[in-house]
Amino acid sequence: MLTNPHAATRRELLIASGTLFAWAYLPKLACAEGRDPRLLVIVLRGALDGLAAVVPVGDPDWVALRGDHALMLGGKPAALPLDSFFALNPAMPNLHRLYKSGAATIVHAAATPYRERSHFDGQDVLESGLAKPGTADSGWLNRALASLQPADRAGGSRDAFAIGPIAPLVVRGPAPVLSWTPRRLPPASDDTVMRLIELYRHTDPILARALEERMGLASMARAGGMDGEQPRPVGAGQVRAYFAESAGTAAKFLARADGPRIGALAFDGWDTHAAEGATNGRLATLLGALDGAIAAIEAEMKDAWPETVVAIVTEFGRTARINGTDGTDHGTATVVLLAGGALKGGRVIADWPGLKPSKLHEGRDLKPTTDVRAVLKGLLKDHLRVDASVLASKVFPDSAAIKPMSGLLQQA
Amino acid sequence: MALDPKAEAALALHRFGLGPRAGSIAAIASDPRGALIAELDRAGAGRIGTADLLTSGVAARAAFAYQQAQRAARQAERAAQQTNAAGSGAPEMQVQSGPLSPAPRPAAGPGLPQQIYLAEAKARIDAALAADIGFVERLVWFWSNHFCVSADKGNVRQICGAYEREVIRANVLGRFGDLLLAVESHPAMLIYLDNARSIGPASIAGLRQRRGLNENLAREILELHTLGVRTVYTQDDVTRFANVITGWTVVPFRQDPVRGGEFEFNPRMHEPGAQTVIGKSYPDAGLEQGRAVLAALARHPATARHVASKLARHFVADEPPPALVERLAKRFLATQGDLKDVAKALVSAPEAWEAPRAKLKRPGEWVVGALRAVAAAPADIGPVMQAHNLLGEPLWRPAAPKGFADESAPWLDGLAQRLDIANQFARRFGAQADPREAFEEALAPIASDETRQTITRAESRPQALALLFMAPEFQRR
Repeated sequence: MLTNPHAATRRELLIASGTLFAWAYLPKLACAEGRDPRLLVIVLRGALDGLAAVVPVGDPDWVALRGDHALMLGGKPAALPLDSFFALNPAMPNLHRLYKSGAATIVHAAATPYRERSHFDGQDVLESGLAKPGTADSGWLNRALASLQPADRAGGSRDAFAIGPIAPLVVRGPAPVLSWTPRRLPPASDDTVMRLIELYRHTDPILARALEERMGLASMARAGGMDGEQPRPVGAGQVRAYFAESAGTAAKFLARADGPRIGALAFDGWDTHAAEGATNGRLATLLGALDGAIAAIEAEMKDAWPETVVAIVTEFGRTARINGTDGTDHGTATVVLLAGGALKGGRVIADWPGLKPSKLHEGRDLKPTTDVRAVLKGLLKDHLRVDASVLASKVFPDSAAIKPMSGLLQQA
Repeated sequence: MALDPKAEAALALHRFGLGPRAGSIAAIASDPRGALIAELDRAGAGRIGTADLLTSGVAARAAFAYQQAQRAARQAERAAQQTNAAGSGAPEMQVQSGPLSPAPRPAAGPGLPQQIYLAEAKARIDAALAADIGFVERLVWFWSNHFCVSADKGNVRQICGAYEREVIRANVLGRFGDLLLAVESHPAMLIYLDNARSIGPASIAGLRQRRGLNENLAREILELHTLGVRTVYTQDDVTRFANVITGWTVVPFRQDPVRGGEFEFNPRMHEPGAQTVIGKSYPDAGLEQGRAVLAALARHPATARHVASKLARHFVADEPPPALVERLAKRFLATQGDLKDVAKALVSAPEAWEAPRAKLKRPGEWVVGALRAVAAAPADIGPVMQAHNLLGEPLWRPAAPKGFADESAPWLDGLAQRLDIANQFARRFGAQADPREAFEEALAPIASDETRQTITRAESRPQALALLFMAPEFQRR
């Protein structure tokens, strides 16, 4: 678009390369209402433990289920109360503040239609919007965008965009995608290191020793400067910085008058099989980093925050009980976290299934009572004004039975 | 124990090639050894398209002109500043207004030598990614490292890529003697090891100037390129050989704008008289004197043993099986250093296949292997070059004339860096790759159950790819 007065912006997106996909579509119907809505989708890869993020402190079976690992209102650190039944992980004070001000909503006991427990397939179902795993080459967000009217106003296009070195499947598809990669990618996560050391220990002691020595030195160097403080997990600072930079950059572009309106990014690392650390370990670090990302989005959105929705989703949940290694295994239902000034928030939406053994899915997982697609369809319908029949056929194929959740947004 | 065909094919690709691409293992499984030999026999093997690359002479002259222009621009800038300072009479104001001075700045971005270097690097990486097996490319890399030059030495940067194409690639499957002569008479080597300015003390130039002999190249030819350290030569041999190759130099740019930067034998710098090198006297026949010594070195049994053990160490084991070294040395001597024959002898030798897969891949091999496994062909090689740098094997920039180490131990330290690169590459280059497919195509026939499980149970595709790249079977060969 050489004649576009905003060509520099477009080029900037291309060159700056992280989490931007841009295409020349915009929510035209919403614009006709005088709105200028923004939607940012964050995919948490690895399966977030929804019960450790948003805790059912009011459920009588909760403490029995998690024992010493159960977050509680009177615990140390104390969970942050949301309503009479649920509390938020203390690593997320920003989300708590937003919730209290009506700018965050939590949907609990939610799951996609996928009922197996493979990450790759689960992520495909979550991001493709298809009911089953398979060969998906496009995502629901892209197809939703493609269904909107192309921008044709004078003064150039309003692009939609997302941030990340690999365009997540959720934004791939027929609508053109720009991607922006942060200059500095984060180092390999602790989880990746642990998996690799575990593999080396079983198969290649020389590599195991070499990696252990190097990682040991690295973690000492990182912890060295923090006088008297509890050494944080290796790389916690980098994780926080990466989450905040990616999300903040996404928001910066979404906020611009001539910027994109839709974006997506993905954060890895949620597969907490061992030493989950919901209160002060690995999961707390990740949730804290996510909370920082939400704060960065709010800050960078500035005046556009009241028109913003951030939807945070994950492929499935984790086992209701703690496993033998202080972690949780692949499960089923989990949470959807929503934040943004456009929400009618301050609510936990849940048809709570209960935590008694008989109420658990297959005797082990939180039972799904809400389809994640209902939440997403509700956002697309009321926030972006994607047509309901398109939602049921093209965006989430064969989902006519799953009604869009209503009342999520301030405007109907 | 005989391997099953797919495992043998995978071994062939990892040990002798640059790692499997999708379909590679299946394509050669019926006859892995035959496939390696067929790659050697292919017409034009080792050569790469040079349409947009410069010869070393053109590159050297272009860089010289560029440097002249830069120098002139800097001088003009300095002169302008001095004029301003003299005219203003207020030097303290001058200091303050300095940063705002409108004087032309040198153009941003890499200078011409670096641009040429990067274009050559891109061509080399592209050739490695495009190779079916990569055995010939591996031989090119081996010989390029054996006869290494460094881009960090003045004026080598713009010609080190051309050096590899003109000398190594042109002779990689030819005779060792031809390769040796081409190497030692190439401007890149003559500049890198200082022979371009070595002057015979009794030569015409030597008698006029106070400068004289430089033994650097002569010593490294004997120690590194041919006979090997602590073999059959003495310090006297080094000095006399250095005398022999005085006059092997590079045409000065100012003297000859057309041929500047190319090889020439300058008789005015050449030490007159016969020289005895390793027990044989060579009459002074100008350039021919040096050619005769190099030809004798190429035929020497110590050279055969040196080359044989380096090849075996590079491809097979840090402590190569003596039988294999013996076999290769014999082949080298029997064929007057026919490098294609020697390469065939290598892959035909049972010892070359029986050794355990214990060698750590060198960073360059591993980086290219990872890209091949996910069918990546990056248009921007920046991240690939950075990976080479971070892992301690910057392209064409060895720290010393010995080249990069071939043993595993020095590279083990970089394992944690490899993990960060694996993590980055999985994200930058693995967008379209399915890790389960990549695993099947690149590693499955030689992978442990633990490796398979670790990859299939990863929390995300990028993590699975990173773990594939880091798997012991992908690190070792």
